[in-house]
Amino acid sequence: MRVAFWPGCVSKGACPELYVSTQKVAEALGLELLELYEAPCCGAGVLSEQNTALMDSLNGLTLAMAERVGADLMTICSTCQGVLSNHNYHLKNDPLRLSAANKVLADSGYEYKGTTTVKHLLWILVEDIGLDKIRPLIKHKLTGLKIAPFYGCYILRPEEYLGLKERPERSTYLEQLIELVGGEAVEYHGKTKCCGFPMVTMNRDKALAMGGNHILEAKEKGADLLVTPCPLCHLNLDAQQPDAGRVLKRTIDTPIFHLPQLLGLAFGYSAEELRLNHHVVSTTRALEKVELKV
Amino acid sequence: MQWTVVVGRYSPPGDPQPKGEMGPAFREPYQNAPRKTYQTFKVDLPDHAMVLDALIHIREYEDESLAVRCACRSAICGSCAMWVNGHARLVCTSKLREHTKDGKVVVEAPPSMPIVKDLVCDMTPFWRKNMSVKPWLQNKQPVPQGEEYRVPNAAMENLIQEVSCISCGACLMDCESFAVNQNFLGPAALAKAYRYTADPRDADTDVRLREYSESNGVWDCTHCYECVQVCPKGVAPLDQILKLRKLAVDAGFTDNAGTRHADAFAESVRDSGRLNELTLSPKSLGLFNIPAQLQTLPAAFNLLRAGKLPPLIHPKIPNVERIKNIFKKIGERFK
Repeated sequence: MRVAFWPGCVSKGACPELYVSTQKVAEALGLELLELYEAPCCGAGVLSEQNTALMDSLNGLTLAMAERVGADLMTICSTCQGVLSNHNYHLKNDPLRLSAANKVLADSGYEYKGTTTVKHLLWILVEDIGLDKIRPLIKHKLTGLKIAPFYGCYILRPEEYLGLKERPERSTYLEQLIELVGGEAVEYHGKTKCCGFPMVTMNRDKALAMGGNHILEAKEKGADLLVTPCPLCHLNLDAQQPDAGRVLKRTIDTPIFHLPQLLGLAFGYSAEELRLNHHVVSTTRALEKVELKV
Repeated sequence: MQWTVVVGRYSPPGDPQPKGEMGPAFREPYQNAPRKTYQTFKVDLPDHAMVLDALIHIREYEDESLAVRCACRSAICGSCAMWVNGHARLVCTSKLREHTKDGKVVVEAPPSMPIVKDLVCDMTPFWRKNMSVKPWLQNKQPVPQGEEYRVPNAAMENLIQEVSCISCGACLMDCESFAVNQNFLGPAALAKAYRYTADPRDADTDVRLREYSESNGVWDCTHCYECVQVCPKGVAPLDQILKLRKLAVDAGFTDNAGTRHADAFAESVRDSGRLNELTLSPKSLGLFNIPAQLQTLPAAFNLLRAGKLPPLIHPKIPNVERIKNIFKKIGERFK
C-alpha cells in the first residue's frame, strides 16, 4: 500500500522520535510513504479560527498534493488529522469554499478537485492494513504491560468531520492495537479527554493540571505507560510532565509512547531505533517489564 | 425488554441516606464531588425507551425518594442533563438501547457541578456565568419609536445556531477547561456572549469584546470540542467562541497570549511553511514577560537534555514562496 505522507511540523521538530518510528513501522508493514515535502503546516486550528479562507487554501494545497500522488493522505498527528479533516469536509461539501480556495491556488500549480481522503496512521493500520496482516509481524509480545490509550481530541471530535458517525469503532482502535501487541488496555475516564496543550501558553498551570490529571488517573488504574497518536499530546504529557507534577504537587513519572513506537517494539525494533531513549520521562521501567532495555 | 440501570444516589448530610455501599471517591479534577451510592435497578421497558423513562419508572414503581429533574421530555426544557456513562446528556433523548454498555447504563449527577440530591445538580455556577456575560441587548440609540428594530436577515443568520441553546448546561458539565478552572466563563455563556456581541442591534460590542478577551474568557477555552460533542441542540459552543476570538482580535483587543500565539504561529508558517516550535512559546508569552518566560525554562531544559529540542535554525520547506504568495493574497492580518 502507498500513501501520500504528511508528517506534520512536530514530528520534524520537537518529536523527531515520532518521525523515525513511523518510518520503521511503515518499513515493516510494507507501507510506502510518499512524503509531501512541500506541504505547509495545517495551522493546528489556531490559524483556521482567525482566517478560515487562508487555511482552506493552505490545507487545500496539501490535499491537492495528495490528490496528484493519487493516494490517501496519511497523517501521524491527531491535530493534523482533525484540522485537515475539517477543511476537507467543507471543501468537499461547499462548492463556494472549494472554488474560493482554488482561486487562491491558481498560480501555485495545484488545484484541489475534492477527491482526497485523509487518514491517520491509526485508521490505516486497522482499516486498510488490518489486524490480521499485522499479527504475523509481531515478534516481541508486550505481555504484562498495562497500557492506557490517549487519543487526543481532534481524532475523535467533531464526529461528523472525522467519519466517526459512520465508523464509531474508530474510538476503539488504540485498544484493539494495544491488545494485538499483547498489552492490556487500561480503561479510564481521561482517554478521550484533552491534554491541555492548546491552552498551555494562555493558562499554563491549568493546562498542565489538565494533562497531569489524566496521566495520574491512568497510573492509578495501573497503567505502566500511555500511548498516543498525537505528538502535541505527547509534548504536553511527556515534555511538560515534570512541570505538571510540580503544579499538582505529585510525582507522575509515567512514560508516554507514540503509537508507532509501541508497534515498533512489538515488531522487534530496538528501543534506541525507536528513540525511546529520547523522552523526557524515562521509558526504562516500562521497557524492563517486558524484558527490553534502552 | 429488561434494562439494567445503575443510578448514582446522594443525599445531603442530615437527610436519610441511600441504602447500599458507597462508591469510590472522585479523583482530580472532580475531587470536590461527594461520593455516591450506586444502586442497580432492573426495569421492564420497550426497546425504544429513553433513559429518562427508566428513571421515572424507578421513581414511580421502585423508590419514590429518587430525585430527578425533568419536565418536557422533548429536549426543549433543558432540565434533565446529567451524566450517562460518564458523559453529559439529556436523558430524555438518550435511548437505553444506545447507551447500554456491558449490560448496563450508569446514570448520575455530573461531578463537575455541585449536587443537590441524587440526579439533581445545582445549576448556580451555570446561571452565574450566563448572567455575567450580560445576555441581553444593550440598545443601540436611538431606539426606534413606535416600531421595531429592523435588521437585515443575513445579519441574524449567524446567530441562529446559538439561539437554539436550551440552557441545559451539558456543555459546562463536560467542559475540560471548567473542570480545572472554575472561573472560566464556559461554553454556554461564551456562546451566548457571541450571540449578543454579533447582534447588529447591540451597542456594547467593544465593551463586551474587551471583557471576553480578559482572563477566564475566550482564550481560556482549550479547544477540545467536548461542548460540540455533547450539545443536544447543535449549538456548537466552541464554534461561537472561535468567532468571538476573531471579532475580538479584529476589534483590536490583541494584548493577550492568544493573539500573540496566533500571530507568531502565522508568521512562522508564512516564512518557513512550518511551525517553529522554538520561537512560538516565547513570542506568545510576550518577549518581555520575564516571569512567564522563566516558567517555561525547565521544560525547554528537559527537551534539550532528552535531545528533543527543535533545530536552532528553523528549516524552510522547499518552494516556500508558494506559501508566502498565498499569505500575500488572503493572509489579511497575517500578510
